[in-house]
Amino acid sequence: MGPESLEAKQKAAVEEVLKAYPAKAAKNRAKHLGVGSPEDESQKTCGNVRSNKKTVPGVMSQRGCAYAGSKGVVWGPVKDMVHISHGPIGCGQYSRAGRRNYYIGTTGVDTFVTMNFSSDFQEKDIVFGGDKKLDKCLHEIDELFPLNNGITVQSECPIGLIGDDINATSKMYSKKTGHTIVPVNCEGFRGVSQSLGHHIANDTIRDYVFEGNAPILGDPIEATEYDVAIIGDYNIGGDAWSSRILLEEMGLRVTAQWSGDATLKEMVQTQKVKLNLLHCYRSMNYISRHMEKEYGIPWVEYNFFGPSQTIKSLRKIAAFFDESIQEKCEEVIKKYQPMIDAVTEKYRPRLEGKQVMLFVGGLRPRHVIGAYEDLGMEVIGTGYEFAHDDDYKRTKDEIFRSTVIYDDVNEYELEAFVKKLQPDLVASGIKEKYVFQKMGLPYRQMHSWDYSGPYHGYDGFAIFAADMDLAINSPVWGHSKAPWDKEGEV
Amino acid sequence: MAALRQIAFYGKGGIGKSTTSQNTLASMSHYFDKNIMIVGCDPKADSTRLILHEKAQNTILQLAAEMGTVEDLELEDALKPGAGIFAPEAPGGWINCTESGGPEPGVGCAGRGVITAINFLEEEGAYEEEGLDFVSYDVLGDVVCGGFAMPIREGKAQEIYIVMSGEMMAMYAANNISKGILKYANTGGVRLAGLICNARMTDFEYDLACALAEDLGTHMIHFVPRNNIVQRAEIRRMTVVEYSPKSDQALEYKELARKIILNDYKIIPTPLEMDDLEELIMKFGLDLEADEDNIGKGEAEA
Repeated sequence: MGPESLEAKQKAAVEEVLKAYPAKAAKNRAKHLGVGSPEDESQKTCGNVRSNKKTVPGVMSQRGCAYAGSKGVVWGPVKDMVHISHGPIGCGQYSRAGRRNYYIGTTGVDTFVTMNFSSDFQEKDIVFGGDKKLDKCLHEIDELFPLNNGITVQSECPIGLIGDDINATSKMYSKKTGHTIVPVNCEGFRGVSQSLGHHIANDTIRDYVFEGNAPILGDPIEATEYDVAIIGDYNIGGDAWSSRILLEEMGLRVTAQWSGDATLKEMVQTQKVKLNLLHCYRSMNYISRHMEKEYGIPWVEYNFFGPSQTIKSLRKIAAFFDESIQEKCEEVIKKYQPMIDAVTEKYRPRLEGKQVMLFVGGLRPRHVIGAYEDLGMEVIGTGYEFAHDDDYKRTKDEIFRSTVIYDDVNEYELEAFVKKLQPDLVASGIKEKYVFQKMGLPYRQMHSWDYSGPYHGYDGFAIFAADMDLAINSPVWGHSKAPWDKEGEV
Repeated sequence: MAALRQIAFYGKGGIGKSTTSQNTLASMSHYFDKNIMIVGCDPKADSTRLILHEKAQNTILQLAAEMGTVEDLELEDALKPGAGIFAPEAPGGWINCTESGGPEPGVGCAGRGVITAINFLEEEGAYEEEGLDFVSYDVLGDVVCGGFAMPIREGKAQEIYIVMSGEMMAMYAANNISKGILKYANTGGVRLAGLICNARMTDFEYDLACALAEDLGTHMIHFVPRNNIVQRAEIRRMTVVEYSPKSDQALEYKELARKIILNDYKIIPTPLEMDDLEELIMKFGLDLEADEDNIGKGEAEA
């Protein structure tokens, strides 16, 4: 290969990918593909890509639906509430316990995250309407699981099609029992991706948790000067826990976690915190802005992937508080430095210079870049399933070099980019995993950390580094060639 | 045996679809020995009461809901033989009756109900009954969604009769229904087989009906005059044919029945644009009232 620059190679790849499309599809997809550059001031978003638009019909998109955004992401992890998948059984069953939102509690007694509650719609419920059945479900749940602190009703598509009034049913039941019932109109056909589901779910938190006067269960939290809430961490593989310990070590008190390992009780009292720490901007910026406007709580985005970003974020958070916190923050950073040095010392030589292509969901396409770079790895391509323009603007600050940016990339495009750019590691979702592994490429599933994690914070970084090493340097890749394709063998 | 013919009656709500269809089908059975299955596709379930002498029969969906699922339902629970002269043992043809039923107003999905009910009848072999000559669908008001178009999809009703009158709204509805037929005509083979004018005794009614039929590319198959005997028979939950077989009105239905049995004029309709429809109405002497200058003026003013 000649002295072709990475940027030129990437631009050529984009052009080649677009060539396969008919004119109309090519015109559409051209807006979503680009090459981002950290220095190029003329770029409005990273690589000037457009986002949050309807997927081109006929391509294999990796996007989810509004129901997935509400039930799967925002509401599902709230552990002391029961979340009904309202409609036919499939949506609930196939979204059950897939995201590894860890929690503490006795499942089926006081916590319910990994269980599937469904109203199991039948033909007659479609024809005659399902409101009565919903009412029955609410009664049954309270009878069988008396320790639940509230119920959300997650609408599947048919609810919107037949016009069932889940809001009225929920209101009536709530009035009668004093129980918090949250109807969520997150029918899957609404919007272009799961992103609208996040927004709808955020709005219901506003309407039913804050303004709906959900009762404060047990003793109210006594506010202190150092109270913070973690917003938009879904505790996948324990991520929120490995973040929380750092915040607590620097003297802050985490009174609420949204919504990984969360309770309705702590969500109701989030209004009392001094600062909201926003991890997943995409899925929970709406409610953070609401709390800022209504309760005057500032919010700050942070990134706990990899030591460089973690240190930066810890200092950014400490700056909101007094000197005692800032001092303790420095102590925390100092305390963990030897551990980080050891991790980097061990893994960096094994991973140095390896190239990575990412394609994930809410915030990881930009947030994990720093973690890879800390290990000496180079991210050369990234993209989001359902981001908006503000996500791509933020991405521009996180990239280190010329990077291919692909919004809502489909199966064909991602495969073509990987073939063209030959990364050493592909890090993406479950649906893409086996395509690349069959190509003989190391792969990490970055939605639920491939059954590993946590990846947040210092402890998470050690696991992250080990996992990436395992993926890339596994001896298995030496055996991926068929015997008859190998030289010198029969 | 002649092939099974499947027909459907559509028309504006309240136009007299159920009354006209039951009286006509009764004549086809009684005078011409035809064996018929009536499939009511209206949540009101009033398409079979004159044949059964009943208030309203148990519907497929109501029975299915009681039993849990539609799979638990047996055909004989939902398909009832007609009463009196329409019973299988009575001389002449017989009529079997079934109603899809549906939800209370304002809840659920009536359209899905029609689909469920027709699928059930098909799976249970209701269409394969020995000697069956006609299946007739009586469908609610308008083709508002996919469910109410179920009877005109492929393999279902191939001939549509639109019940209308000389009233403007009935003509609008007839035109709209033609649009629905047009949509399915190319994919499923459904055809418009004629307009049935159920007279309201409005001005120029006969001429208007004929003109609309011509513009749609079809014919007005029969002009059914208004007669109180229909109401008197209805109070006894009977068709005129059974209540007073010698009456003039019974003979009108007999004539309509004869025409439908012999009808082979089935076309893809050519629905009118709204402006053309307005023009058509003006053309027939109503222009005094509908003159451009008079629009929006009360009777005394004009």
